[in-house]
Amino acid sequence: MDILGRYRNLIVLVGVLFLQALGLAVQVKRAGTDARDTRLIRIWAVGAVTPFERVLVWAENSTGNLWHNYFYLRGVRAENRQLKEQIEQMRLEQVRLSEDAAQARRLQNLLGFKEQFVAKTVAAQVIGTSGSDLSRVVYIDKGADAGIKPDMAVITADGIVGKVWDVFPSVAKVLLIDDQSSGVGVILEKSRLQGVLRGTASGEVVLERVMSDEQVPLGESVLTSGGDQIFPKGLPAGTITKVGTGKDLFLNIHVKTAVDLSKLEEVLVVVQKQERQALADDSAHVRAADILAQRLPSVPDKPADAKPDAVAAKPAGVAAKPQTQGSNVTSPHPSNTAIGGAASAAGTVDRKPPTGSTVKPLAAATGQTQPQNVSLTPAQSKAATAPAADGTQQPPTKTTAKPANSQSDPQAPPDDTPH
Amino acid sequence: MPITYTSGEQVEVYRFSIPVTIGVPLLALFTQAFVPLRFPNFAVYLDLPLLVTIFFAMARRNPISGLLTGCVIGLAQDMLGHNTIGLYGIAKTVVGYGASSLGVKLDVENAGARFLVTLGFYVVHSAIYFWVGREMVSMTQHGSWGVGILSGLANATVGMFLYFALDKFKQRT
Repeated sequence: MDILGRYRNLIVLVGVLFLQALGLAVQVKRAGTDARDTRLIRIWAVGAVTPFERVLVWAENSTGNLWHNYFYLRGVRAENRQLKEQIEQMRLEQVRLSEDAAQARRLQNLLGFKEQFVAKTVAAQVIGTSGSDLSRVVYIDKGADAGIKPDMAVITADGIVGKVWDVFPSVAKVLLIDDQSSGVGVILEKSRLQGVLRGTASGEVVLERVMSDEQVPLGESVLTSGGDQIFPKGLPAGTITKVGTGKDLFLNIHVKTAVDLSKLEEVLVVVQKQERQALADDSAHVRAADILAQRLPSVPDKPADAKPDAVAAKPAGVAAKPQTQGSNVTSPHPSNTAIGGAASAAGTVDRKPPTGSTVKPLAAATGQTQPQNVSLTPAQSKAATAPAADGTQQPPTKTTAKPANSQSDPQAPPDDTPH
Repeated sequence: MPITYTSGEQVEVYRFSIPVTIGVPLLALFTQAFVPLRFPNFAVYLDLPLLVTIFFAMARRNPISGLLTGCVIGLAQDMLGHNTIGLYGIAKTVVGYGASSLGVKLDVENAGARFLVTLGFYVVHSAIYFWVGREMVSMTQHGSWGVGILSGLANATVGMFLYFALDKFKQRT
């Protein structure tokens, strides 16, 4: 008894340490099967800390919003103007991208390609961290109540952030991609090399499993490959910053994450992914022969029959709708515009009829005028204002001329700039 | 006023109110989890739960109380992360025990002593965490002497000021 009393403190210390070591051992043993059995105790800890974080984030945001939305409005007009200009540029870009997307869908349809789409996301606010640089996790203010489940992808507009690790009723724990226990299947954008993106103990992110005989250029974008079944394919993961020789015949590749993980505020949790086969737009089903036929001068049997073919006779790169003065330029079909636009950069307004042919350009033949806002080069403008083959004069148009394909060029100068 | 005597040296034993006993560690945990959102390096260089553990252990001067304080704070810190629960728990249990045992023998009321004690226990804490993590759960850890030394100095410096602030909550037994 004396010994017990004398060494009481030491015995308690050993007992407490033993219990914790036992707890560690149990967890390690379970890690292979289900590493998330210790939920209750984590719920208690998270429940004790996150309410404060939630309140503080709310208070911080409210104060910030009050200041930014009601008091500090300097430069808003200029910014608004700038954003409007940006929207215009993006609309132009959107036109081009939609054409590319339509073409991609057609090709995917041909290949029977199945792809995953981000069908539904839940926006969440980052409210806390683990408080340790050895456990790179953040807490978000949405949990099971918002439909969040473990292993869901967490992203931002810039790229991937991590995956949901633990879910509580109103809070979720997100494991960041720079944690050493995380792994993301990725593919390099241009070289199409596949690898695994991993965090390290120092917080850096490296690309593993790329053979040392491969060429990996610096600055190449790293995208998700979809192979991990967590992140949808094609999301930005980062860029290559350093390539060196590693061990075991693999390269040592350092990656700068697309998202600044140290400054996360709002994130999106992908709560629903959809796998579907890419469907081509049926209306885009145009035979190559039809496209060629549209782009070449046609030979009408009778002048009366020529009218429906006016579309085909229009310059392919220019909006190909039968035009009346003042009408807007629209494309009868996106694919036509895309192909025509790409193929006839200079426009084909001044295309001459085949030698020996008596066929006149249909626009002139039908008495239709050029659209007012059709783009033409100066040479084309000259040609357009020149007498037609039958001696008729094209009405003087307000030639807002530019190459036909410049419609898809967001960097192109305004329409009234001569080229 | 009960006073403990150790090796002929008179040292005072303090107690704390229940709100302080619960609130201060909770606040330390909360701050440790929240501040890195705005200052990412905070978690690298500072360990507020460790400082609170050392303070309570040294003030109470009771090894069992100290080790239990360290155990609870450490386990709570473990739970906020995703690593195995018990790594911080074990490290802070040892620190709590050591700090309270040291508090019985030494005068740890002046700033210099507090600085050195905190620096020493930071090293002990890091070593135990590193060893347990590597040997028991096969955790890969990135060790940098430079960062380690800076962290130790930062914790010791902040600890000095923090202890003086927390001294206000001391109640003599």
